[in-house]
Amino acid sequence: MKSIRYEAPMVHNTPVIELRGVAKQFLKPSGELHTVLQNINLRVEKGQFVSLVGPTGCGKSTTLNLVAGFEQPTAGSVFIKGSPLTGINPVAACVFQTDNTFPWKTVIDNVSLGLRLHGVKKSEAYARAAEWVEKVGLKGFEHHYPSQLSGGMRKRVALAQCLIMQPEILLMDESFSALDVHTRSVMENELLNIWAETESSVLFITHDLEEAISLSDRVIVLTAGPGATIKGDYWIDLPRPRNVSEIRFDRRFMEFHEQIWNDLRDEVLASYAQFHAGTTHAH
Amino acid sequence: MHSSTQAQPTHIEIAKRRSEMRAKALRKRIRNLALQIAVFVVVVGTWEALAATKTIDPFFFSQPSAILRHIRDWVVDGTSQGPLYIHFVVTFEETIISFILGVVLGVVAGYALGMSEILSVIFAPYIQMLNALPRVVLAPIFILWFGLGMPSKIALGVTLTFFIVFFNAFQGVREVDRNLVNNALLLGANKRQLARHVIIPSALSWILSSLHTSFGFALVAAVVGEFVGATEGLGFLISEAQGAFDTTGVFAGMVILSLTALVADWLVTRLERRFIHWRVSAR
Repeated sequence: MKSIRYEAPMVHNTPVIELRGVAKQFLKPSGELHTVLQNINLRVEKGQFVSLVGPTGCGKSTTLNLVAGFEQPTAGSVFIKGSPLTGINPVAACVFQTDNTFPWKTVIDNVSLGLRLHGVKKSEAYARAAEWVEKVGLKGFEHHYPSQLSGGMRKRVALAQCLIMQPEILLMDESFSALDVHTRSVMENELLNIWAETESSVLFITHDLEEAISLSDRVIVLTAGPGATIKGDYWIDLPRPRNVSEIRFDRRFMEFHEQIWNDLRDEVLASYAQFHAGTTHAH
Repeated sequence: MHSSTQAQPTHIEIAKRRSEMRAKALRKRIRNLALQIAVFVVVVGTWEALAATKTIDPFFFSQPSAILRHIRDWVVDGTSQGPLYIHFVVTFEETIISFILGVVLGVVAGYALGMSEILSVIFAPYIQMLNALPRVVLAPIFILWFGLGMPSKIALGVTLTFFIVFFNAFQGVREVDRNLVNNALLLGANKRQLARHVIIPSALSWILSSLHTSFGFALVAAVVGEFVGATEGLGFLISEAQGAFDTTGVFAGMVILSLTALVADWLVTRLERRFIHWRVSAR
């Protein structure tokens, strides 16, 4: 049987993201210690598109929060381009599941915000933001407020808002899961097209295995919580450029899907059993 | 030619349908207005008729026509306590000053406690305690401290409005979307920029919605204060009328007060629209 497990290339490049022995614990209100993540070792190279999949509540988002610098690990450390991360990650941007857009700002103000925060002159920031607004297909909507846009259009604003900063790391936390199926595959394709022009590494969190495989270079499977850790690491060498809506019918895609799903299924069942044990206890 | 002969009737049809729908909307508005007026006519008319036929005692219940005449007398000849506008201006001034002071103090305190964990921990129980106190009982104390003039009414008004605005500002700061804060931080916001671009605009909608209630309370405080002890103002006028068993005078004062409240409410709504125009879509 052909092994498709990912093996780190034997080059001595410093990875863009490196998690070494990372664990994250919380103190529960009952006074007990709750372990979300343990013994996470992960290297993401420059320009790689890596997806993190796992059952609900397994700590995917916590991993992302650690890389973004919103939270600090309880043990181990996070290295960004070789140096330990303290505080907010200065080279990352994030597209969240819910809205990124500031409802009190127009599209152009939303997109240019990052530049403005870094002290770029308004006229220059607007000029560059206008290019990005056009790139994500929102020309003509510069002066609309987010409440006047559809969910898919707001996601486009969010993408432009992040990518205008030319982040070395693009974090995506279930970014497209709130969109309807059609908008979603359009956005996925667009993300791949825009990403291909950049050198950003992407850390994509999703519970949708198909989405993970069709977008990524690597798919990482986490075990069910508590104390989730990495179970599998798969190299998806499907050719690029990919068409997200068609690649799902590709034979190799289905093989990947079957193999990773074998890994993932046990974890999903485990987390499901736990959830039900929890609710029956509560009753 | 074929298409133009087809296009012509549809064009007329659209125009026709539009005018039909407009007429329908207008009829609905007229109906609603008519019903509103009908309620007023029935209530006031019944009151007038019952008082005129002496079914209810006009001495205790007065009579709409008498109230109108009373207001006209006040406007034309002035009250027994001097011209009407003086009383109106005094009450309005007390209301506005205590409203502004209360709002400013409330916003500042709410923002400070919302942002600072330690301040909110220290002061939370005291604020709860003060808020639980029916603050109208402070009126006599304020009159002892500050005299019969305006300062005692303003002090009472400030204590009433402060808490409403304070709790809303506090909540507004606390309820800021975590994702928006994180997003701004990743985009490079420092503390000051975070306040300016995220926290203040987000809290503003909470604060503005509290202004309606707090303006009402500022007016209540002014009137109650004047009731307890004053030499001028609408509350004083009502209390004088009450002392002289002049029911009509009491009702006349009430009518003027409610008109004032209506105007103030309209002004606050305008203010609100100005500041949170981003929330209602422009189309």
